[in-house]
Amino acid sequence: MHHGFCNRQITQSLNRTMASDRIVGIDLGTTNSLVAFMQGESPVVIPGDDGSNLVPSVVALDENNQPIIGNPARKHLTETPERAVYSIKRLMGRGVEDIQEELKFFPFRLAEDLHPGEVLRIKLGDKTFTPPEISALILRQLKRNAERFFAAPVTKAVITVPAYFNDAQRQATKDAGRIAGLDVLRLVNEPTAASLAYGLDKKQNGIVAVYDLGGGTFDISILKLHDGIFEVIATNGDTHLGGDDIDNLLIAIALDDTLGDLGLDLRNKDLRGNAGAVQAIRNAVIEAKIALSSQPSAKLDIELPGGKRYLREITREQFEQLIQPVIDRTVGPCKQALKDAGLKPEQIDEVVLVGGSTRIPKVRALVKELFQRVPHTDLNPDEVVALGAAVQANILGGGSEATENMLLLDVTPLSLGIEVAGGVTDKIILRNSTIPASATQHYTTQVDGQANVAIHVLQGERELARDCRSLARFDLKGIPPMAAGMARIEVRFLIDANGILNVSAREQRSGKEAEIQVQPSYGLTDEQVEGMILDSFDNAEEDFRGRQVIEARTEAATILAALDKGKKSPAWGHLTTDEKKKIAKMEKALIAVKAEEDYQAIRKAIYALNQGTTRLAELMMDSAVSVALKGKTMDEADMGEGPTAPHPMAKAEFE
Amino acid sequence: MTNSSLTTITAKPVPEETQSCWSCGTMRAVHFCQACGKVQPPSPVDYFTFFGLPRKLNLDLAALEKDFYELSRKLHPDLNARAGSREQEWSLQQSSLLNDAHRTLKDPIKRTQYLLQLEGVELEEQSKTATEQARSTGQIKKQIVPPDLLEEVFELNMQLEELRMHKKMGEDDPALIEEIGRQKLALDGKQESLLRELEYDWKMWDGMIQREHNGQPVSEEERKQERDKMVDLLNRRNYIRNLVRDVDEALEN
Repeated sequence: MHHGFCNRQITQSLNRTMASDRIVGIDLGTTNSLVAFMQGESPVVIPGDDGSNLVPSVVALDENNQPIIGNPARKHLTETPERAVYSIKRLMGRGVEDIQEELKFFPFRLAEDLHPGEVLRIKLGDKTFTPPEISALILRQLKRNAERFFAAPVTKAVITVPAYFNDAQRQATKDAGRIAGLDVLRLVNEPTAASLAYGLDKKQNGIVAVYDLGGGTFDISILKLHDGIFEVIATNGDTHLGGDDIDNLLIAIALDDTLGDLGLDLRNKDLRGNAGAVQAIRNAVIEAKIALSSQPSAKLDIELPGGKRYLREITREQFEQLIQPVIDRTVGPCKQALKDAGLKPEQIDEVVLVGGSTRIPKVRALVKELFQRVPHTDLNPDEVVALGAAVQANILGGGSEATENMLLLDVTPLSLGIEVAGGVTDKIILRNSTIPASATQHYTTQVDGQANVAIHVLQGERELARDCRSLARFDLKGIPPMAAGMARIEVRFLIDANGILNVSAREQRSGKEAEIQVQPSYGLTDEQVEGMILDSFDNAEEDFRGRQVIEARTEAATILAALDKGKKSPAWGHLTTDEKKKIAKMEKALIAVKAEEDYQAIRKAIYALNQGTTRLAELMMDSAVSVALKGKTMDEADMGEGPTAPHPMAKAEFE
Repeated sequence: MTNSSLTTITAKPVPEETQSCWSCGTMRAVHFCQACGKVQPPSPVDYFTFFGLPRKLNLDLAALEKDFYELSRKLHPDLNARAGSREQEWSLQQSSLLNDAHRTLKDPIKRTQYLLQLEGVELEEQSKTATEQARSTGQIKKQIVPPDLLEEVFELNMQLEELRMHKKMGEDDPALIEEIGRQKLALDGKQESLLRELEYDWKMWDGMIQREHNGQPVSEEERKQERDKMVDLLNRRNYIRNLVRDVDEALEN
């Protein structure tokens, strides 16, 4: 029995093996997000269906409450601003009490019933979403882009985070991945990821500083590159400093102008149309900001509610003066990182620029002055982090020739401490310690028969616990009854390779594992995350359908490609005109349904074409060309590398 | 110079060295199997033993770093990401132990403190009970001022107090700041010379360990003497370090 052109089993098993090996690298950015993977020996960005490498980190809900992500969502920022959100990364892992500054400048609409210490919820229309859920929608879009690209499911990813992200922000990012249906194999620090992409390219030993000024975060990392080992020596940063802050300065000026000159109070959020107008201003100032990197001046021309226009010209000089205080905030972290690394600027061999904001000439000038050298700008500052994430994904997947010997040794950006008597922080793992890192502490009981001990874990550099970031409160439970001071509870704090804290405890006299109850200060519980997982139950059917469509299309492509080859073979000439016509008709039908979403129709058309080409396949089998392919179906023959057409070099295999 | 490598013979052989790999059954090294490369379950060893080093204080830092990189290439979770969950857990535990050990041993002060701790000394710095007791009773933790510093420290503290007063009033006193800066430089120099003294003590300690290793008896008295010298040095150094920190703070604010 001949199989015709199509061999379903092979196609499917091929898809399966590729899917299990395929780990993508994701840059989940404040302004833009990207997904990349290692193609052969070099990382490449996977474009979206609009052909763009960058997916704007914007999420909106349409009138049917269906989420829209990326470029199509951008127009909703001005048209239905109450149903759209951007820069959600600023809110990851944060509580309502520490985003008051943010709320002054960003149109985040918080749920009304939020309590301090609770995970934030953002309103889009009349629905509410936590920041990890919104990030998950962006991640799912990237996942879909990759799945479309590979025509196969993608379930594993490496996601980048700012190096200076604390535990809660990292945990929130990991949660977002899980909600999006991704197994997050590793969180990688953004500047470190960038250094991987840089190092893959350069293959040089030396000290490299990565200055990463993005849309919302700033990181500086100093690394030692040494025979494939990328060892972070020191890192510092500010998770709330970036291009957004520059935009907000320009927006503030425009809002002051419109109030002063036109009497329009656009800051009044209760007035209809204001939010949209502010977004229009935001778009215009961003455009002007970008233009000012290459032009001496830029014009703002914005239509305002009531038919008025706002016109203004900004010169580069004015712009640079205005942003000086913002970019100056990067100086402190750079100096601290140098100091922590025990290095002088002249000991740095290369400074690599990452993040869109490093396109600003004034920023480049500042870096040049700080490190006393011209920074390396060959890499695309928007893409290098995602490319580096793809490199790390490749390393985790077992590596390849290009990444052989490459290993990342990263550090924890913030000291880990516990609160001791008097509200003082006792640091147990210092910042810039290579991770994984651990510390062991011993506790005892204060009263006879005490069964619980409470531990407050903090992150930060300050002396007093109240000035540090509260990570979690742990309750050690089930301590066997003993006289006060007799219990000896050993608690092990371990920061894993993702920079996330793990805690375990044991009562040493009884050898009993103490039970730890964790109350994350700003995070979702496991149960909450489970409940949020996208495509879990209600979307399972739709997901299955989507996968079926993808699979059917892949198969269709395979059989169409095989047919193309068949047409070029001598066997094609042996078919009757009628047979050729029939095949052409079925081919056309398959091409038509392939573009549609109905996988059953695609399957039907594949089956028809498969049946219709049986004689062609038989002829090809019998013809001289196919002698070498004896015993194989056409489809199997196509699995080999290179052209299948007769080739003078084909048989030239010498031992 | 001490020869540091994984093959250095330790005073007490580590029993784990004679075990076989859980995966392929071949005799294994301490952390990973030399035959098949698989990560082994961690054993509760001290940092010196982890690197296969004797408990000596003079260390070949270049060799330590080389070992650190080599072991990282075997133990790091990134390189064991496709292994089973049990191996992944071992890899996490082993590489955190590796990093903790490297971090401690590469720093001369931390290394000395760690060794003293292994010898059963509870350093004042690390004595949490003392600190907490002082805090709960509201008393200042008793700090022994090194006698040779007494006069200078007294004067410096007066000047710092004066500086803080000036700052509070919003006044500027360049002469005072300059004087304090000079004192700080002197303290920095003192820290340096203490480090050199410490290095001398290391030599004495290492010589003693070597003699012990060669089978010559070392009296508990001698051991204690060597320990106490280093404890004293570390306490003095900590005292000066805190003083420098106070000066930095006063000058910055």
